Amino acid sequence: MDLLDDRKRQVVTAGETRAVVCDRPSVAGSVTQRACSFCGSRVVLYPIADALHLVHGPVGCAAYTWDIRGAQSSGPQLHRLSFNTDIREEEVIFGGEKKLARALRELVAIHKPKGAFVYATCLTGVIGDDVEAVCRMATAELGIPVIPVQSEGFKGTKKDGYSAACRALDQLIGTGPTEGIGPHSVNILGDFNIAGEIWVIKGYLERMGVEVVATMTGDGRVDTIRRAHGAKLNIVQCAGSMTSVAKLMKEKYGVPYVQVSFFGLEDCADALYQIAKHFGDPEMLRRTKEIVKAETEAVLPELARIRKDLEGKKAALYVGGAFKAFSLVKALRQIGMQVAMAGTQTGGPADYEHLKELCDADTILADDSNPLEMASWLALRDVDLFIGGVKERPVAFKLGIGFCDHNHERKIGLAGFEGCAAFAREVHATVTSPVWSLVPRRAGKGSA
Amino acid sequence: MSLPIAVPSSKRPAATNSCRVCAPLGSVLAFRGLRGCMPLIHGSQGCATYIRRYLISHFREPMDVASTSFDESATIFGGQSNLAAAIKNLVRQYSPEVIGVCTTCLAETIGEDTVGILREITTADPDLPPIIHVATPSFKGCQYRGFHDTVEAILRATARGGERLPHVNLLPGPVSPADLRHLREIVAAFDLPLLMLPDYSETLDGPSLASYAPIPEGGTPLAEVADAGRATGTLQLGATLADGPGAYLEREHGVPLVKASLPIGVRATDAVLESLAAFAMESAAGTSASAPITPAWLSAERGRLVDAYVDGHKYVSGKRVAVVGDPDLAVGVAGFCAEIGLVPVLVASGALTHRMATALDLLGLAPGSFEVMEDADYDSIGRRVAELKPDLILGPSKAYPTSRALGIPLVRIGFPVHDRIGAGRILHLGYRGTQRLFDEVANALLDHQQDSSEMGYAYQ
Repeated sequence: MDLLDDRKRQVVTAGETRAVVCDRPSVAGSVTQRACSFCGSRVVLYPIADALHLVHGPVGCAAYTWDIRGAQSSGPQLHRLSFNTDIREEEVIFGGEKKLARALRELVAIHKPKGAFVYATCLTGVIGDDVEAVCRMATAELGIPVIPVQSEGFKGTKKDGYSAACRALDQLIGTGPTEGIGPHSVNILGDFNIAGEIWVIKGYLERMGVEVVATMTGDGRVDTIRRAHGAKLNIVQCAGSMTSVAKLMKEKYGVPYVQVSFFGLEDCADALYQIAKHFGDPEMLRRTKEIVKAETEAVLPELARIRKDLEGKKAALYVGGAFKAFSLVKALRQIGMQVAMAGTQTGGPADYEHLKELCDADTILADDSNPLEMASWLALRDVDLFIGGVKERPVAFKLGIGFCDHNHERKIGLAGFEGCAAFAREVHATVTSPVWSLVPRRAGKGSA
Repeated sequence: MSLPIAVPSSKRPAATNSCRVCAPLGSVLAFRGLRGCMPLIHGSQGCATYIRRYLISHFREPMDVASTSFDESATIFGGQSNLAAAIKNLVRQYSPEVIGVCTTCLAETIGEDTVGILREITTADPDLPPIIHVATPSFKGCQYRGFHDTVEAILRATARGGERLPHVNLLPGPVSPADLRHLREIVAAFDLPLLMLPDYSETLDGPSLASYAPIPEGGTPLAEVADAGRATGTLQLGATLADGPGAYLEREHGVPLVKASLPIGVRATDAVLESLAAFAMESAAGTSASAPITPAWLSAERGRLVDAYVDGHKYVSGKRVAVVGDPDLAVGVAGFCAEIGLVPVLVASGALTHRMATALDLLGLAPGSFEVMEDADYDSIGRRVAELKPDLILGPSKAYPTSRALGIPLVRIGFPVHDRIGAGRILHLGYRGTQRLFDEVANALLDHQQDSSEMGYAYQ
């Protein structure tokens, strides 16, 4: 692959000593898979189910993020509606603050949310709307927290959007009562309850005897987030998006945090043990061992069967955050697959160093990749599977390569022990499909 | 549930569940129908990423669209260097035959002189491929407008006048790849040379490949578009277009323009075939060719369709439907419904044309028998559907929450269809497309009736 000059330093093979250059803006014209800063804050906050999420901007920003993640809620479904001030030419000329204030009044009266998030966009940023002032006024007038999320699309990368979301959460945390919160209590940070995954994790924690105070933000509620500072430990999963909330809570409220992942058998077991060890309760540790043993034994026979079919097959992956990449490399190894290429949108220098340790020497590592690069590596390494999101899917499918969605739009829960089995089943279903024997890449070479 | 209904989104302070998307999406779609064209969106990179994701969910095809990736300094000082860098990088990676630049709200609001910047860039590097620019701020219009404005921009930049040529220009509007393929087949049946703009029938519904195509094969070559100003005539589909790109060709190059509703239903398809026959006569004038007759396979399809109408008429007769979609598709489908005895009680679109009601009157729908909602969001559409209680909804996937909440079956048409495969292969046009639509509508009603019956009969 003839890389663009500006991109060469962002691609290495794992065995090289050279570090992956990362944490930089995308090269113009390179067809990055990254979205914008606005997207970062919108996807992180959107699963809070009893809040009003109002996009202050033109129609596209709201329409493209309408129910974007399929984040599930056990109660209110307000987050699944798309609210938008639908800025038109008139507001571009005269300003959109009045429309925003009217929108908040109207929507709060209809939907009676517990709180509201107002997302600024490029357009309302450049016309100079004072979103913060409108939110302050609305908070006083409407009697609920109305929180500005200042992540105009042009302000930095998706990661900066994550930070804006964390600042917004910080405004809520610490404003609710903490009475009745026990000593073995946690918040779950960085799980968005895609396909009900947070319920799986909560199930394990409950069996361990751990109380979950707030979930951020999957199946999230405004009032539980307000009392999150009462929990005794933060469990951070999607490290990229939520570590800064954990750090803030440590500074402000002295709540320690652990970084974990619930994807893959190893990581999932490790996560539960870390939590149990933190509380130092021997009884809890005993229960945790039981859970890990029982859950692992329940899925191992199926994983072994699947492994027989997948042994030696090759995979490539391109995901948003590095933590997901770590887990996937391990989860793929569990079912006998090698990782030929691994890339992320938002990984940092330390993440890539860790990824180097995890991967084989010839694994291609790429930061902020694009379809042409990925397509060339999929073909070069002749992979059997590509793992990514909706934007990566056609790159794989067009070339006749199996694909597994590990992002927003999947409908299968992949977290926890049962999630490992679901993941393995999905990988198996795509990799062993008979259709590959018909695609040009494989035709005439025997079946895949 | 206290909101007034049928108030356009623009008159309300907030839209809930938008029924439209933004103008650059329509622009990208149109650019994808030009051979070797690489679309470039001038603004924040989220715009390109979201549009790609949305189009991929519908077409399930690669959708490489570049962005000039504005940051804060570009927003303050202008995006000139970003635009230059983006063009340089995409030329190196994609070797496009043409670059289609459309703008975002951001670029338009900071007063970026995109035309001037592009002139400088092309002057400095004469080896660059042609660059076509179109302004697509979404605060002025949605994907529907972005699409037609882009078609017009391509024609303005490319079409040249001169001696008449025998071909006909076909401006199909934002229809499906399957529709485009079928239109081409129909025009070919009249022995008419065709220039169709855009034509993404191959680029957005392509074959499985051994190696990745940076720009998918297919599309109308720019060199052919140059001849648009010399065509025998232009056939522009879309009942709600005021002037449309075809009017530009007529004004500027004297190419006679015939406007027609989308060929959905027997009568609307008859009308389009009559226009094509007339063009074929005109095109063949002075040659020894005989007057064109409707090709046999089209007559056969028409005959089968009418026969199917008869077989199924009782299942649809008097049933009430709500139709949601792009204005021209919604109007076309409503016309088809009226033709088979379905009663369109609500015809809704997220776009604002001010012309849907008139277009429906012209199709022969009894004035006062239906309601039209333009500039609507799904919240107001859903409220009205809940009150009108139709038996069926025809519309995109985004109507599914309404369909599910009210227990009214949904037949998926138009864009976007995100929750099924084969969206690009949904055929709406011609006798064949109408046949498919009719079978699906009748079967959706039968299905619903069968599912809600107690005895679960297997005969109908």
